[in-house]
Amino acid sequence: MRGVAWTEFLITRWIRVSGYSAILFVLLIFGFLLREGSPALIQIPPSSLLGVRWYPIEDHFGILPLLGGSVVVTIGAMLVGVPLGITTAIYIAEVSPRSVREILKPLVEVLAGLPSVMLGFLGIILLAPSLRRLLDLPTGLSALTGALLLGGIAIPTIVSVAEDALDAVPRTYREAAMALGATRWQTIWRVTLPAARSGVLTAVMLGIARVIGETMTVMMVTGNAPVMPSGLQSLFRPVRTMTATIAAEMGEVANGSVHYHALFLIGVTLFLISLAINLIAAAVVFRQRTRAERVLS
Amino acid sequence: MAASPPILSRRRYQIQRAGFAALLMATLVTVVPIILIAALILWRGAPAISWEFLTQPPRQGMREGGILPAILGTLWLTLGTGVLAVPFGVAAAIYLAEYAPESRWTRTIRVAIISLAGIPSVVYGLFGLGLFVLFLGFGTSILAGSFTLAIMTLPVIISTAEEALRSVPQSFRVVSISLGGTQWQTIRRIVLPEALPGILTGVILGLERAAGETAPILFTAAAFFLPRLPTSPLDATMALPYHLFVISTQVPGMPIRLQYGTAAVLLVFVLGMNILATVVRSRARARRQW
Amino acid sequence: MVAVVETANQTTRLPDERHALAIRGLSLVYSDGKESLREIELDIPVHAITVLFGPAGGGKSTLLRSLNRLNDLTDVRHRSGQVWFDGQDILQPATDVIALRRRVGMVFARPVVLPMTIRGNMTYGLELAGERDHKHMAMLLERSLRAAALWDEVKDRLDDPAISLSGGQQQRLCLARVLALEPEVILLDEPTSGLDPLSTGKVEASLHELKSRYTIVLVPHSIQQAARMADYAAFVLDGQLIEVAPGKEIFTRPRDRRTQDYVEGRFG
Repeated sequence: MRGVAWTEFLITRWIRVSGYSAILFVLLIFGFLLREGSPALIQIPPSSLLGVRWYPIEDHFGILPLLGGSVVVTIGAMLVGVPLGITTAIYIAEVSPRSVREILKPLVEVLAGLPSVMLGFLGIILLAPSLRRLLDLPTGLSALTGALLLGGIAIPTIVSVAEDALDAVPRTYREAAMALGATRWQTIWRVTLPAARSGVLTAVMLGIARVIGETMTVMMVTGNAPVMPSGLQSLFRPVRTMTATIAAEMGEVANGSVHYHALFLIGVTLFLISLAINLIAAAVVFRQRTRAERVLS
Repeated sequence: MAASPPILSRRRYQIQRAGFAALLMATLVTVVPIILIAALILWRGAPAISWEFLTQPPRQGMREGGILPAILGTLWLTLGTGVLAVPFGVAAAIYLAEYAPESRWTRTIRVAIISLAGIPSVVYGLFGLGLFVLFLGFGTSILAGSFTLAIMTLPVIISTAEEALRSVPQSFRVVSISLGGTQWQTIRRIVLPEALPGILTGVILGLERAAGETAPILFTAAAFFLPRLPTSPLDATMALPYHLFVISTQVPGMPIRLQYGTAAVLLVFVLGMNILATVVRSRARARRQW
Repeated sequence: MVAVVETANQTTRLPDERHALAIRGLSLVYSDGKESLREIELDIPVHAITVLFGPAGGGKSTLLRSLNRLNDLTDVRHRSGQVWFDGQDILQPATDVIALRRRVGMVFARPVVLPMTIRGNMTYGLELAGERDHKHMAMLLERSLRAAALWDEVKDRLDDPAISLSGGQQQRLCLARVLALEPEVILLDEPTSGLDPLSTGKVEASLHELKSRYTIVLVPHSIQQAARMADYAAFVLDGQLIEVAPGKEIFTRPRDRRTQDYVEGRFG
């Protein structure tokens, strides 16, 4: 019996250590990024860092164009992904019959599983040329192309989180509305959706986080020109996101050079932005859950 | 109670029908492209897939021959990721579901997991480059790539495994303890076996994502062209997603047929895991004894 | 061995017999403040059915679960007092709770069969204890199923999933499962609350049969069941032990006003 107790002790130790390892990894990642990125803060004067030229060959390390590129593509993607995602979620959760639901949900999950490089590939082969012809642009590789594809990438995230939120609305709310003579349509817009609004908001936030962090698709279809986007026209011109910059240039930098540290600094920025969005989204979910528990208990 | 005038309610139902139709349209706009994308890739990629394509290395600067090294590379990386991530991830999930008290430390762990889940894949690549390739000296290797992908996959495995463990009824645990069992005996004999299908589903889905990722392996494992297949974990390797990226952006004169073929193989790989996960999930639901 | 104790309150003294369990000054408060116990003094006699009855939330389950340390699974803010079993205070941290739970078994209100075969359920506790002798386990299996009046119904389907049994059969399986560990004390927390009258009758008949060999502590789900089953009965109200007496007396001639009110249905 004593031997068994000893293995059990070791296993239980292992389980406990693994539990805490998540904290270790986060600190490790952040620490490493910071270590490699902070020299850039010293080596690059803030005026340059906050400048509008990213041209490492001539020692220009302004990250604003990259930030701008990420922002433009993200906004564009949300303009595509949010309406489609939320309406699809509403359809799946509230309107579609059960049998149709059983097909739709796996289909959306398939979209979630498609590798981003594959979507980028189709973007280059099909979408970019089509947009170029359709809109008479000099090149099909633009922020718009990226936004369209990224909207598609964000949709599964938005759909699944929003659908969960809609599902979680207690049945009694809907029944009460219908008992007062509302149609299902009216119930959705006046009762269910408002009740699920924090979950839907979370869905959008997580979609944003997903899009900001996307690398391969944008690298393949947005043209990769680190130009500061300005005005509506920039949607139809090439841009460069922060993620694509890291991916494209990391392979060519000399270890320990200013460029190297600058890329890590961009990594830190991305880390912090994604972290902030995810933590806010989680806090919203948590607050909503405790509120719901209090209401329902 | 007076019935509402027929005209009014008819109008409301007209609005509803129109509204539902609009929702359906939006859903179709979302969903139909998925089917079209998959169909297109399979249809245009199928002609390229032959025994030679799957079992031969590339020739003529990728423009001819097969993609065996890329397929093997993806298999190695997926295997490596699984071997590294699953023991840690499942153990962490067991800790959270069965042992962890409601404390500030536990909340910190959960925050850490959420944070890990939110880190962009290219940042993982950066981290992997800095830590595994350079600092620890693994070099561009399957090892470095697997470690990087493993940490990236950890949050997915932990979340789904924890959910699977929590779904096992608490009453089983109480009964087992009351019959003289220790906590670990209870977990090992009842909780874990019952949660296994759910855990397996999560692992498959996590590995599916890892197999399709390019950014984390860009600087940690991937090489565009290797004269020989990798022979040890310290060798670099080709990989399907990276291969597709390069041949579609950096190889002039690359036959479109082969590009589609590579995409098709990647798609089949990813869809296959998706289907596998679904099958595991529904079979488990049917055989459940509670 | 029985701890010699002076009780100030006459109504808590039992007739002098051998006692399996002796509870002394047991107080317990959960973290959520519900269902606590206050200074319980009680002796549980062997080879008899002792019934703990009283209104819901009064602490009966808490008291029951103190006897096999199952309370450890819940957040307990405070616990003091002693529970003496076989010459030891089982509330001491050094107690081997694993061995304790084999000797003091429990049947719960809802029949909880483990997700395995009937045979698997029966041998589960034995396997936990490290038992390897299959012949021995088979013997215990048959003996326990007979004692729970279930053997004839399941002897041909021991390898069927336990979930395929009816509710009443499952509960008898839970009883047999406990018996397979050859305990000395059996605790039952409203064991027939989900069962139809026929199954209830079978369970009660088994318990009557078993009491000659075991010590039984039962929380009944109705006062009628309490009256049917009790050799001794203890009235528990708001975490306090109000009165203890032989079954024949307490339901017909209760000494405390509150016991009388409850028995007559004035509250509950």
